[in-house]
Amino acid sequence: MTYDKSWGSKIFDSVNIILLSIIGLVTLIPFVYVFAGSFTTVAELAEKQFVIIPTQFTFEAYRYIFSTNTVSRAMGVSVGVTLAGTLFSLILTILMAYGLSKRDLVGRRLIMFLVIFTMLFNGGLIPSFIIVKELGLIDTYAALIIPSALSAFNLIIMRNFFQNLPEGLEESAKIDGAGSWNILLRIVIPLSMPVIATISLFYAVGYWNTYFQAVMYINDVTKWPIQVILRQIVILASALTGDTSDFGGDYVAPPEQGIKMAVIVIATVPILVVYPFLQKHFTKGAMLGSIKG
Amino acid sequence: MSQPSTSTATLKSNSDLMKRILKNTALYFMILPGLLYFFIFKYLPMFGLVIAFQDYKPYKGFFNSEWVGFAHFERLFSESDFLMILSNTLILFLMNIVIYFPVPIILALMLNEVRLQLFKRFIQTVVYIPHFMSWVIIVSISFVMLSTDRGIINELFVAMGWEKVNFLMNSDWFRPMYIVQIIWREAGWGTIIYLAAITAVDPQLYEAARMDGAGRFRQIWHITLPAIRSVIVILLLLKIGDVLELGFEHIFLLLNAMNREVGEIFDTYVYTAGLKQGQFSYSAAIGFFKSLVGLVLIMIANWLAKRFGEEGIY
Repeated sequence: MTYDKSWGSKIFDSVNIILLSIIGLVTLIPFVYVFAGSFTTVAELAEKQFVIIPTQFTFEAYRYIFSTNTVSRAMGVSVGVTLAGTLFSLILTILMAYGLSKRDLVGRRLIMFLVIFTMLFNGGLIPSFIIVKELGLIDTYAALIIPSALSAFNLIIMRNFFQNLPEGLEESAKIDGAGSWNILLRIVIPLSMPVIATISLFYAVGYWNTYFQAVMYINDVTKWPIQVILRQIVILASALTGDTSDFGGDYVAPPEQGIKMAVIVIATVPILVVYPFLQKHFTKGAMLGSIKG
Repeated sequence: MSQPSTSTATLKSNSDLMKRILKNTALYFMILPGLLYFFIFKYLPMFGLVIAFQDYKPYKGFFNSEWVGFAHFERLFSESDFLMILSNTLILFLMNIVIYFPVPIILALMLNEVRLQLFKRFIQTVVYIPHFMSWVIIVSISFVMLSTDRGIINELFVAMGWEKVNFLMNSDWFRPMYIVQIIWREAGWGTIIYLAAITAVDPQLYEAARMDGAGRFRQIWHITLPAIRSVIVILLLLKIGDVLELGFEHIFLLLNAMNREVGEIFDTYVYTAGLKQGQFSYSAAIGFFKSLVGLVLIMIANWLAKRFGEEGIY
């Protein structure tokens, strides 16, 4: 395809590229600002308004954060919940999706309807809270995992993928006498690694980013994940939010700018580390998700 | 005994059914944990909505609490907060439609016009990032930047000789902050579906248009936009069906005593009335009302999408 080489078209291209560059910069600057700020000395932060490259590189803020174990413990909780939760969700999703991908399964349509209906209507906050409480999950890590273990959305994506696998492979395994469990473990799962990777990343990001469930279900400060600690240190402290009842007696004076920034960085970095992997898979996932269930 | 033939027929088909079920026992075992999950965490709470019609007391439980009919709903509709919440919801919803909704479309069109594939991919990589950050991170970064205590925005204001603005505690700034954060987090991600729809356009159309002397804007207007029209309509309808889903986790973080009158929505009200003040039944009724209206709106949106000749969503 040949390109339009007229002046108007060239101007259009230049303006477009300039605007997109600005959009890209505006998207990134807040992250860069926070990242740079977390390595800047208090004095320099106070003196200059905007630091992109600190003149004096310092780990002061990080040293302060890790001088108590609040943040490291919360990181531990988040990592643990993310790993355990992703594994648990993945097992539930694969099993259920595989079962539902079989067309001769009696009751399959009804179960699919029940699953999809949960995307349209829900009991809401209060009944869910009562159920979790009655199950004795309050103040347990399980409360951060089990109540949101299965996403109907991910389940449907996975089921659609399984349904589109060539049937011949499974048929020949069946003739060789393999049962459903064997077929799933030996044939279906190895063939489905791309979709499994996508769904795992979706679940992992979801678990890492979870905060509201912790606010609701975890009263024990020592069991809070990093997102809740971040909310305490930055959001509640910055705004002196009306809802300080969560604080209990723990209210502390708003921490220094640099310390806030360092906590943000700590909570952000794990996502940035997996981002390249995410990026490889998510567009596919997003497209799969937009397909009718 | 009167109709032996039919009863044997049903018996036979029953045993067929049993055979089909038994043949798949392993599959049912696989489905069971997921089914239990949906039952316990999705369907039990729906049944739990009965407390909206009770005066639920935790120590009495679902079965022994007193029934009060529609008393909680009557209270909700007569509460002065109800109008405030309704208007907050509608205003935030309109901002979503009018301000946020066009942004991913425009951004997708701009990205589509880029000829340097490397540059295009780079910008895409960048604008997708915020989507993966939690609302806590998005709001935290905004607060650090907007703070009156050495936040960069206010420092710039000071450098320009302007006065500091207390963005976080001023109710006038709640809505702009809300919508800007949504744009920052979601606009890039929102382009994916439009960009995918655009790839279906036949490149020859552009060439033909150029032969006819159409400039770049006219090409976008007459070729690209019509190609994604149906996607736009579907997403718009879906968004309208989602009026009540304004992002509870997001708003919950922004809300404080100073901006409550512009920021309180149904979900946050349920949280405060229910979990903070312990009015379980009353707040369950509010939640029920919200879920019900949401369900009806989604059904209408889906019906409209089908009438529009699209496939429908559910």
